[in-house]
Amino acid sequence: MVELFLRALPLLEKAVLYTLGLGLSSFMLGSMLGMLIALFRISSIKPLRWLAFSYVSVFRGTPLLIQIMVIYFGLPNYGIVIEPVPAALLALTLFSAAYLSENFRSGISAVDRGQWEAAASMGMGYRKTLMRIILPQAFRVALPPVGSRLIALMKDTSLASTITVVELTRVADQIGATTFRYMDMFLIVGAIYWIINQTLTILQTWLESHLSRRYQ
Amino acid sequence: MMKSEKCTVRVSGLAKRFGANQVLRQIDLTVMQGEVVVIMGPSGSGKTTFIRSLNFLETADKGTIEVCGIEVIDPGARPSRANRRKELEIRKRTAMVFQSFNLFPHMTALDNVIEGMVSVKGIEKAKARIRGRQLLDRVGLLGKADEYPARLSGGQKQRVAIARALAMDPEVIFFDEPTSALDPELRDDVLEVMRELAEEGMTMLVVTHETRFARDVADRIVFMEGGHIIEDTTPDHFFGENASERCIQFLGRIRD
Repeated sequence: MVELFLRALPLLEKAVLYTLGLGLSSFMLGSMLGMLIALFRISSIKPLRWLAFSYVSVFRGTPLLIQIMVIYFGLPNYGIVIEPVPAALLALTLFSAAYLSENFRSGISAVDRGQWEAAASMGMGYRKTLMRIILPQAFRVALPPVGSRLIALMKDTSLASTITVVELTRVADQIGATTFRYMDMFLIVGAIYWIINQTLTILQTWLESHLSRRYQ
Repeated sequence: MMKSEKCTVRVSGLAKRFGANQVLRQIDLTVMQGEVVVIMGPSGSGKTTFIRSLNFLETADKGTIEVCGIEVIDPGARPSRANRRKELEIRKRTAMVFQSFNLFPHMTALDNVIEGMVSVKGIEKAKARIRGRQLLDRVGLLGKADEYPARLSGGQKQRVAIARALAMDPEVIFFDEPTSALDPELRDDVLEVMRELAEEGMTMLVVTHETRFARDVADRIVFMEGGHIIEDTTPDHFFGENASERCIQFLGRIRD
């Protein structure tokens, strides 16, 4: 297995970059979109709330694989052709935004009403109250589910292999096919996913304890 | 009139309903600059709703609220842009101290105090910190400047909250049961700070059950029940033998 690993290393190195790149960038873009959706959901404007609700309902209620297929294989029927990597990035972003928006929304609503009131009573506007008072507290509440979402997203990037993105899963499949050592390859790649996610878990735990220190 | 009329609080015909429950009915009250008015009454009398509606944390349905010459008519009627602007202006010239303190838990005591100075008033951070330290010193908590609220006792939290209120240079401070969440031993420091503010001429509206504070510090006692002001009198009269039957009964109950 070691020599197989060493032989596969050049390909795996490239594949890891794709997996990490897809996972992290869709997480960041999804967080931005998700925050926007969360703010829509708590907005006082009804159509915005409804829009956000529908978005979450659709993207959380359908399989990610279907979303990838629709974007990569479906859209070309309407003349919209997107390359594999951007297509995967788009699908992962839209999908994770739906979940992240719910994490952010519950984080925001977990902040005590008195915090809004204290800020309002000193004449602070909505945006400043949100940025300076509410979101820093909401972020702390949302951190555990957001961390879980990032880890889930890292694993979900493997679905990009179905549209020819050469990330870890696809490389394992390709090398497995040429060497016929599927078991070894999938174990190697599984271990790489595990190491990535274990690292993220440690980071998350550290961040959680760092943020909660001042609350004790 | 002895006291100047520079910043008065004038309320007329204020009414507020929560569903079927008419919490405030026709409240009329004028508080002159420098006056300390204590609002007392049984729970459910509308006193908290009343004081919260003065800086629009509750939106009264009807009536007029005038603070420092800024007049808002029928806050609850069709949210107009002009009313919003006036409400914001009133909020900037007043301050509120809450029963549950509502300190910002992610900021140190000092950062709590300077937050409004920096982000609402636009004061330079270095300057704000100097002023913030002075204010913490004034409430006896300079040593706690760098502590987070979680490390402070209830009485300390409330004093930081008062320092935070003072940082906005308010012309009127509303206190909504500032000592009700505190252990009896912790109340005195808070009440002492409030007493000093009153002596310095701060205009204060205070919802409280603290009879000693009311008797010693208040210029007037307002007694509310069922959404009405049923008594508006001096502490001497309110706590004296000639007070109304209802007040005597109420005081007898909260003393027990």
